[in-house]
Amino acid sequence: MKIKKDIAISDSGFVFNPASGESFTVNSIGIELFNFIREEKSYEEIKDLMLDKYDTIEATFENDYQDFIAIMEYNKLIEDKE
Amino acid sequence: MKPKYTIAISGLNAIDNPGPGVAVARGLKEAKSFDVRIIGFSYESLEPGIYMHDLIDKVYQIPYPTAGTETLMARMQYINKQENLDLIIPNFDAELFSFMKIAPELEKLGIRTFLPTEEQLEERQKINLPDFGEKYDIKVPSSKAIFEMSEIYHLTDDFEYPLLVKGKFYDAYVAYDAEQARDYFNKISAKWGLPIIIQEFIRGNEYNITGLGDGEGNTIAAVPMRKQYITDKGKAWGGISIADTQMLELTNKFIRQTKWRGGFELELMKTQEGDFYLLEINPRMPAWIYLAVGVGQNIPEALVRLAMGEKVPAYKSYEVGKMFIRYAYDMIVDIKEFEKISTLGEL
Repeated sequence: MKIKKDIAISDSGFVFNPASGESFTVNSIGIELFNFIREEKSYEEIKDLMLDKYDTIEATFENDYQDFIAIMEYNKLIEDKE
Repeated sequence: MKPKYTIAISGLNAIDNPGPGVAVARGLKEAKSFDVRIIGFSYESLEPGIYMHDLIDKVYQIPYPTAGTETLMARMQYINKQENLDLIIPNFDAELFSFMKIAPELEKLGIRTFLPTEEQLEERQKINLPDFGEKYDIKVPSSKAIFEMSEIYHLTDDFEYPLLVKGKFYDAYVAYDAEQARDYFNKISAKWGLPIIIQEFIRGNEYNITGLGDGEGNTIAAVPMRKQYITDKGKAWGGISIADTQMLELTNKFIRQTKWRGGFELELMKTQEGDFYLLEINPRMPAWIYLAVGVGQNIPEALVRLAMGEKVPAYKSYEVGKMFIRYAYDMIVDIKEFEKISTLGEL
């Protein structure tokens, strides 16, 4: 899964899609997730990093991760699957 | 040394459904290749641009298109005697035809224009949009021109509600049933006459693109924008420049195939599936044209240079992610100024 290459995110979590003109804001954890996905880390890598850093369980993380991805896909921030 | 041109523009009605004149004037004042004296053409005494003396150097009231081209030409001759005009940029759809008609006579007076041809103007009319879409292979919503109110009760043969009820020049409303469609038919026809256009309602986000064609099929400028803040009249009160290659390709195709001459605006709807539908082609620069200037494509300036016969290189880029945010502003105007434009037709 890849974030579209032109999508920009600022340090404050402002996401801008220059192709559509749409903008979004994400919170600090959203910024981390966004950047991990942009770095093309695998789900397993991201999960390990987040579970190390935050006091949460795997099931909760997986739910939140899938929600985040679904929202990104809905808003066309992810490259279309080949 | 830079040349100095005297350029007349209309569309000074910077109101809630604004004409493009004030924005065009800003672009011209910021032109790097020439200096300019701007002459405003007004129709009503309360058009705000009349009183913006830092942008508009002198204003003349001109007759409505319904007065006919002879009356318009007589007024142009008078104004030209005072001002020695180099160029006229009409900014209203409704007046374009009149200016196109008198363009050869204006030319004899040394006044240039840079307008689409009659054929180009005609085939992009709202009534002709379905044929236009078919001819140039561009997706357009299905539409139909109606001349009588009774036709509203047979619309469901071809359309589903909601649908759009549009005037031939301006105004568009979404009607959810026949009763609403009838009300809008009356409202629009009273203002703009017949026919009324019935158009399929396409759900999606509104995008616009403004551009400039050189009349030979080349795109000189093109800036796409997403409407961010839309007024109850459907006008963009805020927008952002975007980098949509699909929109730019569609614009190049439009210019290449029609050999469009002059400024224009394409109004598009993007569906959730990512398809663009062409809703309207406005045959002049839009009210938000200053965004194009602000992102690096001074379309009013390029239009003037084309009109003056210069070879104008195409703009290759623009800044993406720049916004325009319109605002209302109260000017304090002395009654003497209002009196002057109202009684003498000049200010």
